[in-house]
Amino acid sequence: MFFDINDLNNMHIDVLKEIGNIGAGNAATALAKMLGRKVDMEVPKVRIVEFKDVSDILGGAEMIVVGILLKVYGNIKGNILFILQIDAAHILVNMLLGKPLESKDDFNEIEISALKEIGNILTGSYISALSGLTGLDIKPSVPNLAIDMAGAIISVPAIEFGKIGDNVLYIETEFKEGSNRVIGDFFLIPDIESYEIMLRALGVLG
Amino acid sequence: MDNIIRVGMADLRSSRHPCILTTLGLGSCVGIALYDTYSKVVGLAHIMLPSSAQSRNKSNVAKFADTAIEKLVEDMVALGANRRHLIAKIAGGAQMFSFEDSSEMMRIGTRNVISTKEKLEELKIPIIAEDTGGNYGRTIELYSSDGSLLVKTIGHGVKII
Repeated sequence: MFFDINDLNNMHIDVLKEIGNIGAGNAATALAKMLGRKVDMEVPKVRIVEFKDVSDILGGAEMIVVGILLKVYGNIKGNILFILQIDAAHILVNMLLGKPLESKDDFNEIEISALKEIGNILTGSYISALSGLTGLDIKPSVPNLAIDMAGAIISVPAIEFGKIGDNVLYIETEFKEGSNRVIGDFFLIPDIESYEIMLRALGVLG
Repeated sequence: MDNIIRVGMADLRSSRHPCILTTLGLGSCVGIALYDTYSKVVGLAHIMLPSSAQSRNKSNVAKFADTAIEKLVEDMVALGANRRHLIAKIAGGAQMFSFEDSSEMMRIGTRNVISTKEKLEELKIPIIAEDTGGNYGRTIELYSSDGSLLVKTIGHGVKII
């Protein structure tokens, strides 16, 4: 039987949402540890969206964003893309490096490394949720980072996925530290066989 | 004020003069701008993949360089363009992320550009300008008045080709 992403029913989506919730919770904890501050989060929004709508979600194809892309290996294969709006990226880096929060200078080398590390730790939180719930072995690659137009960044995993379908699992998490709010957009883009493996491991696909 | 028509990802549009066709945030994708120098009919495609041959799902012809160019030319001819008067300008095909293993996915921008050029050559449509490659995104605007193509980037300037 050939599994079609468009056949995902509400139960499948609920299970994927649960992964999103647990992953976002792990991510908030990891962020709090990294920053040495209390970090709260809103209940994450988890949706299956079409690639063509992703740019709009991020505020338009020309919006400048920080994109952190990892590949995943192991029992499932695919891509993970973590997007931070440029302002949110500045706030996180400034907190991490102890700079004034309103500083918006171009990122230097150390700050780029810090952003990669943030991306690494946050995506790792989602991966461990996924791995824990499915019992699957899932390993991430080193993170790659680009700061550019949202449309251009999204196109990279969109192309990879465009070969087989047009949908992506999208988790929006809003982190709160005091009055600072940072939105992280997490996109899980497994290849089509991996969707099936994931859902089977979760016991929702016979 | 000219009529501005937006072309999405894996989408194509054509129009008679006067208008501006635009597509935003081209990364590894390629924007293919066609222009009839006499009738001023314009067409713009935003393709994602080099060829429909390797894909399971081919329902959207605008997704692939080969099928998108064919459809774009057909649509433009229907609007009064003459195949022999068409010229092409292309932009995009960047490599946004640099992975250590240069897998198929990471070289997709280059492959999109090559496939686009092959198809245009096959149809005998000359490419008179291009702005491709690099590691940055591009937004393009195609003007029906003279076929000029405006290329905008973040941190890599603005140019007209």
